[in-house]
Amino acid sequence: MDDIDRAIINTLQGGFPICDQPFAAIAEPLGLTGTQLLARIKRLREDGILTRFGPLWHAEKMGGGLTLTAMKVPEDRFDEVAEIVNSFPEVAHNYAREHALNMWFVLATESPERIGEVLAEIEARTGLPTHDMPKIEEFYVGLRFEA
Amino acid sequence: MELSDLDLALIAALADGLPLVSHPYRALGAGIGLGEDEVIGRIAAMRDSGIIRRFGIIVRHHELGFRANAMSVWDIPDEMVSDLGRRLGDSPEVTLCYRRPRRLPDWPYNLFCMIHGRDRESVEALIAGLVQRLGLGSYAHAVLFSTRRFKQTGARYGRPAKLAAE
Repeated sequence: MDDIDRAIINTLQGGFPICDQPFAAIAEPLGLTGTQLLARIKRLREDGILTRFGPLWHAEKMGGGLTLTAMKVPEDRFDEVAEIVNSFPEVAHNYAREHALNMWFVLATESPERIGEVLAEIEARTGLPTHDMPKIEEFYVGLRFEA
Repeated sequence: MELSDLDLALIAALADGLPLVSHPYRALGAGIGLGEDEVIGRIAAMRDSGIIRRFGIIVRHHELGFRANAMSVWDIPDEMVSDLGRRLGDSPEVTLCYRRPRRLPDWPYNLFCMIHGRDRESVEALIAGLVQRLGLGSYAHAVLFSTRRFKQTGARYGRPAKLAAE
């Protein structure tokens, strides 16, 4: 990654133009042509720096369900339970964390009702309780990272 | 904003992101039978109504060098949690901040924020700075570093064009 890559990452985490040739429109301030910018973005994606180039959705405004769920998983069953949990396409991400509640995942579903169904299925298949913690109030959703 | 079947088709087509070509909205529309202008109009409307929170690069923070991430949580009296949440959310170190329900007895915490950093020590230093600056020292607190990431696919939405056209 060089300085131009870092500038691309730092300036393009939002505000991407919605016009017929958006890459050309933003390339110039970066000192690039549209074609050069596209090539760099493709390389960053191939290198795994980007998950994707596109929208970050607002789950609730789309009519979907969103929640954070925690489970207390016995160490010797951790991989098995992770495999079950991750097999649900509604699980957007899943992290092991240092706490008695040691598995934390985000569920994003097409409808709010589906949250309860997925949690019930996870509990049935793992035999373990889930602790559902949907947000009550949102203070900040930045999730931007400086390269 | 009410989403139409065409919007849902467009959302599904965007699941893997925008095509990386010079006319990405035209390419996106070609797959689902929408013209470039219509795609641009619908995506702009979704952005303006907040359905799209933001539009651009979504990074893998770990690959970008943010190798440590901690979920930092506090048990704040209910009557104070909104005010403290806003102040935490305004802090540059914080990447996400929410109030969530306690789940007693296992989980007494109601204020959650995510802190990302290059390594564990720098994240711990950021949290210590927040605690001091915002006067959080007297509240029960836990820091849950992540030890493994199993999945980071992001949410998937929308309905494929074939269904939307039926």
